[in-house]
Amino acid sequence: MDPVTLARLQFGVTTVYHFFFVPLTLGLSIMVAIMETLYVRSGREVYKQMTKFWGKLFVINFAMGVVTGIVQEFQFGMNWSEYSRFVGDIFGTPLAIEALLAFFLESTFLGIWLFGWDKLSKKLHAATIWVVAISSNISALWILIANSFMQQPVGYEIVNGRAQMTSFGEVVFNPNIWTQFPHVFSSGLATAAFFVLGISAYHLVRAGENCDMHRRSFQMAAVFGVLGVVGVVMTGHSQAQHIVQIQPMKIAAAEALWDTEDPAALSLFTVGNERERRDVFAIRIPRLLSLLAFNQLDGKVQGINDLQAQYEEQYGPGNYVPPVAVSYWSFRIMVGAGMVMLLAAFYALFLTMGEELLERPPRLLRYFPLLIALPYLANTFGWLLTELGRAPWVVYGLMTIEQGISINVGVGMLLTTLIGFTLIYGTLMAADIYLLAKYARKDSGDLIRLDDTPETAVSLASD
Amino acid sequence: MDLNTLWFILITVLYIGFFVLEGFDFGVGILLPFLGKDDKTRRMMINTIGPHWDGNEVWLLTAGGATFAAFPHWYATMFSGFYLPLFLLLFALILRGVAFEFRSKDENPRWRKTWDWAIFFGSLLPPLLLGVAFANIVRGVPIDANMTYVGGFFNLLNPYALLAGITTVVVFTVYGGLFLSLKTTGKLYESALKSIGRMGPISAVLIIALVIGTYLSTDITMRLGINPGMIPVGAAMAILAAGAFFQRKQPGWSFVMMALAIVLTVISLFEILFPRVMVSSLGAEFDLTIYNAASSPYTLRIMSIIALTLVPFVLAYQGWSYWVFRKRITEHSRLEY
Ligand code: HDD
Ligand code: HEM
Ligand code: HEM
Repeated sequence: MDPVTLARLQFGVTTVYHFFFVPLTLGLSIMVAIMETLYVRSGREVYKQMTKFWGKLFVINFAMGVVTGIVQEFQFGMNWSEYSRFVGDIFGTPLAIEALLAFFLESTFLGIWLFGWDKLSKKLHAATIWVVAISSNISALWILIANSFMQQPVGYEIVNGRAQMTSFGEVVFNPNIWTQFPHVFSSGLATAAFFVLGISAYHLVRAGENCDMHRRSFQMAAVFGVLGVVGVVMTGHSQAQHIVQIQPMKIAAAEALWDTEDPAALSLFTVGNERERRDVFAIRIPRLLSLLAFNQLDGKVQGINDLQAQYEEQYGPGNYVPPVAVSYWSFRIMVGAGMVMLLAAFYALFLTMGEELLERPPRLLRYFPLLIALPYLANTFGWLLTELGRAPWVVYGLMTIEQGISINVGVGMLLTTLIGFTLIYGTLMAADIYLLAKYARKDSGDLIRLDDTPETAVSLASD
Repeated sequence: MDLNTLWFILITVLYIGFFVLEGFDFGVGILLPFLGKDDKTRRMMINTIGPHWDGNEVWLLTAGGATFAAFPHWYATMFSGFYLPLFLLLFALILRGVAFEFRSKDENPRWRKTWDWAIFFGSLLPPLLLGVAFANIVRGVPIDANMTYVGGFFNLLNPYALLAGITTVVVFTVYGGLFLSLKTTGKLYESALKSIGRMGPISAVLIIALVIGTYLSTDITMRLGINPGMIPVGAAMAILAAGAFFQRKQPGWSFVMMALAIVLTVISLFEILFPRVMVSSLGAEFDLTIYNAASSPYTLRIMSIIALTLVPFVLAYQGWSYWVFRKRITEHSRLEY
């Protein structure tokens, strides 16, 4: 295998893996903060149980987010050193700000929250988890600002073959961030909501001892789920509209649209021949793609062939078509998951209106644990679309992927680290899922021991 | 002072923060299998650093991010050049980080033992590797005209670098022992003191060897002169004072002196480097300096404003977190995890 493929594979593996844990951190931190606030306000034990129960799961997930993030911070220098030299001026800035502004807050205050139950007043303690929640989301904002430069370079000039920043304001207020951050933020809410819905449903169906706590969790998550999924769909729509403007090729690939159309049809299902650039079989809905792209029933959406010709003229000979099948199916999987989640979230909300949630949980509730997979699928494939659909560019229009890799890192070294990271990540994934499943199944008997009188804590400690 | 120099200083500060803080939590991790004879003791040890280790580690992450922003060529050359050691470092930090969170979440003794070893190796490897890396940075590594590292992995494993790595490990172990002696009582406190008594003399010998090695292997005499000036001499005095205070049964002051010695050593290291950030063994014209490796003046200005505003807040709330957890951990304390 060549170094470019290996470097890409490694980046793909480590980054997708990091983002496996990120969305849950983003959303669940907010939910736990609300739970603890409810506890401080009302003084009711059930909210404290909720805080402790979901807080435990949150921390297990957070640990994985932290350690996989450490790799992210350094791997641009390891495998993508030419890329780092090229964009360091601009790209390093949000990265450093993220660390200074967000990571310090996140990690310091999570430590205080975890260990400070009996050292701080209730109010102050609840405030620390709010700091964690807010700074996690701020960290997402800054890393997405960095990523936005790769999608839509702004505020720079090329000097001596390097991109130099000319306007910090333009880099920070990149037009791309206005659609990307809301999409990622709501995907965090949706991910956390389905996580909580699934686990609570499991307990409600089993009708264990602390159904009251799980009923409340389910209610809260249903509201979060509706907000999150509606948010994700709406922001996804505006994101698609933005991408049509800045990276028309990505949308053409995501729709497997070979030739320019006006009005353009939306593909429901296409089997294409990527080499010959034609459909083998397709079901398409007339005019819908124009509607999606421009909010009206007509409008020209450019096709792959036209764009390729246009780019050859602009950038010289080369292949400017991203992997079409991957883009197409990634988009379908994300949107498909979104649609199922939309139905499920409204159904959950509907359930919480009635009383039967406690008395006789409906059979459908049984399937909610399975739905936890959906946001994870959508998150992963959403990023695959975003990053692979940008091919061949690593920084759109400025630098191609091949140009970005480290010139002194050979295949042997790349293989060593690729295999090393994959092995340790695989092992940790197994341990993480084992622990999450173990704690998610815990019942109130165990929860009482999570209470924090010193004696019980010590007995918990040594059990 | 120009902005390039300011950034050189700021990055020095970030590494100081990292070594002074994470140094003792690495040390506690290294001591875990030696002092933590039973599960309860190990839990107590981990609880002394539990609230802090992640915040301490962010100093390293920030140093990485700041290097990327202020000196992109330094970031690119160093991390693609020190490829395998960096991979091992990341590997160790990953294991260590999850181990702290995972170890107590299952009662199975094999599970706990596995993660306890992960804490030990995850704490042992980073100071070793960082010592090796920094020794190589000042000693010089083959960097060519493209600012690219052209040595291999084994180039980095020269005797001087290895000595620096081992010395860092031993010094942090002593430092971790001193931290434990401040945060615990009873048996654990006693055994921490005993371990310092044992490791202290070894670390003294290693430090002397390292100083001699530095005179032989680096261009320190050319840079700082035979008499290196206040700061390196101060570092040596602080080490002596740490030993003296320990002899007089004042571990608190001994800890402070060790911290001071670490601060002054990091400064000395960067003093030898300045204004270079990486020394090329192929010729001074290939050195990376704070000028040829830097970002544009505009980026440096923006980053200066941001860093100088944010760092004081970081210091304040991290300080507060140490204040919140200032009490010693006893056998009757409520333990987390
Ligand atoms: C949309 C959100 C998002 C994205 C795209 C990324 N991250 Fe991340 N990252 C987070 C959101 C996040 C977070 C939610 O803030 C995490 C996850 C769990 C956590 O502890 O914080 C985190 C943790 C985290 C950490 C550990 C911080 C600590 O020790 O507390 C580092 C160093 C990074 N990330 C770095 C990166 C880099 C260099 C990325 C680019 C490839 C990246 N992250 C993508
Ligand atoms: C967590 C969010 C992110 C995810 C899940 C993600 C995912 C991916 C994936 C799947 C690839 C394709 C790898 C391949 O080609 O096989 C990729 C490529 C890449 N991404 Fe991202 N990415 C994320 C954020 C970022 C950010 C924030 C940056 C930069 C700051 C970035 C920089 C790159 C680079 C340099 C490549 C290599 C070029 C390439 O292979 O296409 N990514 N990313
Ligand atoms: C039905 C509606 C959805 C639409 C129309 C939509 C649209 C989009 C588009 C166009 C992109 C690519 C943006 C780019 O290239 O910069 C994207 C990316 C992404 N999507 Fe979606 N999406 C939908 C549902 C979801 C759902 C349900 C989730 C997860 C819960 C999700 C998570 C993501 C993520 C994590 C990314 C990558 C980050 C980004 O670039 O924003 N999406 N989405």
